Amino acid sequence: MSDAKTNLPGDAAPQSDRHPSDVILETRDLTKHYGGVHALEGANFTLRRGEHVAIMGDNGAGKSTFVRQITGVEQRTRGDIIFNGRPVQFAGPLEAREAGIETVFQTLALADHLDVSDNLFLGREKIRFRLGPFSILDYRAMHGATLEALERTGVKIPNIHNTIERMSGGQRQCVAIARTATFHSKLTIMDEPTAALGVQETAQVENIVRTLKEAGEPLILISHNMRQVMDLVDRIVVFRRGRIVANLKRDETDGQDVVAYITGAKTQPEYVGEGAA
Amino acid sequence: MANTAHGIGGLKYDPRKRTKPPELNVLLALVLIIVTFEVLGWLLYRDSFLFNTRDNVDAIFNWARLNIIILQVSIIGIIAIGVTQVIISGGIDLSSGSIVGATAMIVMSFAQTELVNGNPNPKAVFGAWAMDLPVIVPILVGLACGLVAGCINGLLIAYTRIPPFIATLGMMVSARGLSKWWTNGQPVSFPTEGFAALGKGMMPVVYFIALAILFHLILRQTVYGKHTYATGSNEDAARMSGINVARHKVLIYTLAGMLASIAAIVLSSKNLTAQAGMGGMYELDAIAMSVIGGVSLAGGRGSIIGTVLGALIFGVIISGFTFLKLDAYYQEMVKGAIIVGAVVLDQWRQRRTAAGM
Repeated sequence: MSDAKTNLPGDAAPQSDRHPSDVILETRDLTKHYGGVHALEGANFTLRRGEHVAIMGDNGAGKSTFVRQITGVEQRTRGDIIFNGRPVQFAGPLEAREAGIETVFQTLALADHLDVSDNLFLGREKIRFRLGPFSILDYRAMHGATLEALERTGVKIPNIHNTIERMSGGQRQCVAIARTATFHSKLTIMDEPTAALGVQETAQVENIVRTLKEAGEPLILISHNMRQVMDLVDRIVVFRRGRIVANLKRDETDGQDVVAYITGAKTQPEYVGEGAA
Repeated sequence: MANTAHGIGGLKYDPRKRTKPPELNVLLALVLIIVTFEVLGWLLYRDSFLFNTRDNVDAIFNWARLNIIILQVSIIGIIAIGVTQVIISGGIDLSSGSIVGATAMIVMSFAQTELVNGNPNPKAVFGAWAMDLPVIVPILVGLACGLVAGCINGLLIAYTRIPPFIATLGMMVSARGLSKWWTNGQPVSFPTEGFAALGKGMMPVVYFIALAILFHLILRQTVYGKHTYATGSNEDAARMSGINVARHKVLIYTLAGMLASIAAIVLSSKNLTAQAGMGGMYELDAIAMSVIGGVSLAGGRGSIIGTVLGALIFGVIISGFTFLKLDAYYQEMVKGAIIVGAVVLDQWRQRRTAAGM
C-alpha cells in the first residue's frame, strides 16, 4: 500500500532493523494453555499491511483463543506478539485499542440508548470547550465525522440520530464496524461479524469489508462462511486442535481444499512436523 | 430501497422508527391529570382546578394554586435532579432523604443567631464562635456534607462493587443516625436573617428551575452527561470505550449528594429550623418523580425535563386531592399506585423496543 511506503523512512525505519516494515502483525510461538488444555500451541502468523486474512477452523480449533491473546482479553502462556514493529504485551483490550487494534466482537460493544455518532465517539469525544469532566461536546464535528466515516465504509443508516436500540442487527454491526474506520485503526479484527445476520445485512457488512480493503486497511476475519471467505480475503489460515495446519493463498485453493484442512484430511507439509494430527 | 456503494441491498428509511422524545408522553400524562381534576372539580363542586373563579381577582389562572403546586415539589425536585442522574447511570440512591436530614442539622448549627429577642439562643449548638456567621459559612458546610456523603456512596459502589442499593441503604441508616446524634434529637433553630432569606417565599422554585436547567445542559452537552448515559446503557461497552467507569460513578454520586445537601440548605432555611427526622421518605419521592418522568430503572434512559414533568405530576396530584377535599391518606395510596404504574409502563416500553416495534 502506498501508505506503508511513505511511512518507510519516517516512523517504520528505526524499529524495523530485525523486522520487515510491511508486516503489521506477527506472532511467534504464540501459546495458550488453560490448565492442562492446550487451546493454542506455537502459532506463527504474519499479517502484511493492507492484507485481509481469514482464520478458519472447527469450533474449539483455537481461532478465538488466538484473537483473545492478540487483543489482550487474555494473557498468553508464552510466545511473542509483534505489532507495528514492536513487541507488545497488552494488559487489556483497551490498551490494544489504544495501540490501534479495533475488534468487532460477536457481542457488540455498543450503548443501546445512544445514537450512532455518540457510539462512534464514545470515550474519545470531540470537545468544543475543555472543562474537565464537564467539557462541552462538539456535536457538529462528531456528526460530520460520522457521516464521513459512514460514507467511507459504504454504510447506509437511515438516520444517524436514531438510537442503536431501534436498529436491526445488521445496522448495529455496521455501526460497530464503522467505528474502526472512523479512527483509522492500524488493524481490524472481526469475530464472525455476520453470524447472526440475514442475507441482505450480510451483504452490507461484506461491502464494508471490501471498502476497508480498498482503503488498504489490514483485517483478520474469523468466519465459518466459506463463500464469504473466498469472496473477501487474500489468504486463509486454518486452525485445528490449537495449531495452525495450513496457510493458503486464496487464489491457489478452493472450498473443498480448505474443508480438507479444517477436518484433518490434509495438513500442509511444513506444519506436519509440529505434531498436528 | 436505496443502493449502497456496491449496489446491493441498502436499508429502508422508516420515519416511524425515528426516536420520539419520551418526555412527550409524560407531558401528555400531566395534561390528562390536570383535565381530570378540572372535570371532577366542575362535576363535584362547580369549581375550577386550574382557572381563577374569584371575582375579586383579575387573572385567568388560579395562580395561588399553581404556585403551591410547584413550591411543594421544588425541594424534593432538587434531590430528584441528582437521583435522576444516578438512575440513568444504572444505579439507585436511597440515601438522599437522610443526607437532607443530617445536612440540615449540621448546616443549621452554623447558621444560628446569638440573640433571640435579646435573650441568648436557647437552641445554641456551639459556643459564641459559631454564632452570626456570614451566610456563606453554612452554605459551604452544607455542600461539604453532601460532597462527603455522596463521595462515600460513590467510592463504595465503584471500588467495592457492592450493589448501589446496599451502599446507599447503609448511608441512609448512618446519616439518619448522625442527624439524631448531632443534638441528641433536639431541633436546631433560630437562624440568622441572611440564612433565613435563602429559602424565603418562592426562592426554592428559583433554585429548582435554575438547577434543572443547569443539569439539563450538563447531561445533554457535556462529556459527563454522555458517559452517564453510556454507563447506564452498557457498562461493559463504556469500559471498553476507555471511559473510567469507576471514577465516573464517584462523580455522579457525589453530585447527587451535593444536590441533596442543597435541598437541605433550602429546606432548613424555609422552615427556620432543622430536625433529625427532616427529609424522611424524600428519597422515595425523588425516585418516584424520576420514574414517573420516564427515567428507566434499568439505566440509560431518562432526562431532567422528564423528571421536572414528573415532579409537576406529583405536585398536581397532591394539590388536586386537596382541591377535591379528599383525605391525605388517599394521596399516599394513589402516589404508590402511580409509582408502580410508571415502572410497569417502563418495562412494557422496554420490551416493545427490544422487540423492534
